[in-house]
Amino acid sequence: MQFAKKDILDIASLSAEDITLILDTAEKMKEISSRPVKKVPTLRGKTVVLFFYEASTRTRTSFDIAAKRLSADSISISASTSSIVKGETLIDTAKNIEAMNADVIVMRHSSSGAPHLLARSLKASVINAGDGTHAHPSQALLDMMTVRENKGTLKGLRIAIIGDILHSRVARSNIAGFTKMGSEVVLAGPPTMMPRDIESLGAAVTYNIAEAVEGADVIMMLRIQKERQKGFLFSTEREYAAVYGLSKKRLEGAKKDVLIMHPGPVNRGVEISPEVADGPYSIILDQVTNGVAVRMSLLYLVLGGARNVAD
Amino acid sequence: MLLIKHGRLIDPGRWDGIYDILIEHGKIADIAPNLEPRTPNDKQVRGMRYEVRGDSPNLEPRTPNLTTINASGKIVVPGLIDMHVHFREPGEEYKETIETGCLAAVHGGFTAVCTMPNTKPVNDNRQVTEYILRKAYEAKAARVYPVGAISKGLEGNALSEYGELKSAGAVAVSDDGKPVTNSRLMRKALEYAKGFGLLVISHCEDLELAGNGVMNEGVYGTRLGLAGIPNAAESVMVMRDIALCELTRARLHIAHVSTAESVAAIREAKKRGAAVTAETAPHYFTLTEAAVGEYDTHAKMNPPLRSERDREAVIEGLADGTLDVIATDHAPHSSLEKDVEFDRAANGIIGLETSLSLSLQLVEKGVLTLPELIEKMSLNPARILGLDKGLKKGSPADITLIDPERSYIVNAETFRSRSRNTPFNGMQLKGCAVMTIVDGNIVFDIEKQ
Repeated sequence: MQFAKKDILDIASLSAEDITLILDTAEKMKEISSRPVKKVPTLRGKTVVLFFYEASTRTRTSFDIAAKRLSADSISISASTSSIVKGETLIDTAKNIEAMNADVIVMRHSSSGAPHLLARSLKASVINAGDGTHAHPSQALLDMMTVRENKGTLKGLRIAIIGDILHSRVARSNIAGFTKMGSEVVLAGPPTMMPRDIESLGAAVTYNIAEAVEGADVIMMLRIQKERQKGFLFSTEREYAAVYGLSKKRLEGAKKDVLIMHPGPVNRGVEISPEVADGPYSIILDQVTNGVAVRMSLLYLVLGGARNVAD
Repeated sequence: MLLIKHGRLIDPGRWDGIYDILIEHGKIADIAPNLEPRTPNDKQVRGMRYEVRGDSPNLEPRTPNLTTINASGKIVVPGLIDMHVHFREPGEEYKETIETGCLAAVHGGFTAVCTMPNTKPVNDNRQVTEYILRKAYEAKAARVYPVGAISKGLEGNALSEYGELKSAGAVAVSDDGKPVTNSRLMRKALEYAKGFGLLVISHCEDLELAGNGVMNEGVYGTRLGLAGIPNAAESVMVMRDIALCELTRARLHIAHVSTAESVAAIREAKKRGAAVTAETAPHYFTLTEAAVGEYDTHAKMNPPLRSERDREAVIEGLADGTLDVIATDHAPHSSLEKDVEFDRAANGIIGLETSLSLSLQLVEKGVLTLPELIEKMSLNPARILGLDKGLKKGSPADITLIDPERSYIVNAETFRSRSRNTPFNGMQLKGCAVMTIVDGNIVFDIEKQ
């Protein structure tokens, strides 16, 4: 199968076949990272610009490592060092980068839709590394990869996503991805953290965490940001942990082989208790490992890998 | 002299039928079927300058300097009035000047506009009002009726000087662009304005409820990850202002109504006899939140495009008279403000050059009759603003000629406005202004473009 997309902007614009191809490719890529010499020449001579308008350690490092393992040259630009502090517009900055013949621009931005703006104005490929509260496709893909690796399939699974759905691009991308692959997604959290009409994306909603956990194959906890208190999203961390936090006791209703996930960074003791985060069902660190593989797969595919390189 | 012949004259309450209009010295000299110009001295006028428009062979020049316009098949109406526009002068002339705004107005069939006071500096004093009027006079296109600020600097802390604004030429006060958050200030503004016979125009928005929202709260915003503005952010303020209107018995006009709940609140208030009037804009009855598509900033405005249910409620409000006026909220912005991240883009779209065509779709769909449309685009704004307008002998000749059959594709590049921020570019539309006459002067003629 051939991958025809120039850009990876969100999960909604990928088909189930696209997703399967990305995950299959990622599984092959994963092996590279376990070699003594963790590098292949596949993307030698390609330039990947990591254009981060918003702070990120995990995602940026992951893309950086992915590019380097495929022998692409990667350059990092962050908001504080770039000319946006001098008032340059996003499009101007990006066009300047493109003029230096960048092949892929990986962008993180606090504005939803910023990668779409970029993709419209550039010939280079754009990979969305998280935009506002809209999408985080590489995160959803690595989540799907990790679940598929553990469960063998994504069909017929019950995925519970718990926490601040309103502000979560991870949740939106995972709803789109898992439902597309045949899983059932249930969302839980206080009503203050539920976006209006979220059911229209194909997920069920409950305000009761026990209900969401009941029979779940996967529980994905989202980070609670303390500053959301100011927006009246919740009262105190104490109450949040008591009502919506994932404790060992809460896990009782879930399937015996339930998987616990978290996109990180984890707020231990708030949305998830330390014993659960570090417990036997936690695949939080597998997510991170697979993140590199998925990003290698994305870079390879948007650069026409499937067309140029035989298996 | 101008003689407009064979047009269908519509001035609800006065005319509906085929009449001719004679214009002399900038005023309407006569209206009657089959008017012939006076001073018929054929020999004298041979060789003198005249024009014959249209294709009727029967039009003979009889009077010196007589321009005869064949308006057969056209609709002749009192000049359209857009009571809600933003011309960016003074302060942001790169977006729109009073001159380019007035040209856009007459190209869209408007003979008069009301300019909102959120210029830089704010129109909260005589100097700015007079400056706007002087620039409008020099532009020699549409008439401009400035709106002064409710509060000094639009800051919501102190009343601006309504007496001075009124004597300088302001016809209303508004803090448009911003709500008057302080309810006591709003109450006093309504009372104080009443003393000067000034209309208060309210931009209804609860800023706390709107929060950091950038589009309608609902399915589309959720999918796009764009923070939402709930309908209630508008309607709670509409309800507050109606309560204050009833308390003060002052006249209140509600700007850019976008939600079903607002329409319902205004409808109920009118039933109770409150002195409230309201307007909506063509984009609220033409488009929904779906127009945002993939982050199209040309579909970003405040209030935002709403759901289909709201669009239908706005249409219903126009049909039953709850909404008195169609105004554009013409808000020019350059690519500097629009070709950026959606949440950072400025609110607003231009509307003067598409408003009439979009509004004529309501007639096409049977929502409004033509006379009702003319009420909402000319008579009602004049009545609400206290302006003496209409097609009657002795009145200034402010007239719009409409060709209801003329089809075209919107091309923003041809706009007279200095800005291009319209979501209607490329749209196929039918019906538009073909001639605009202000004070007896032809300020727009589609055949001469």
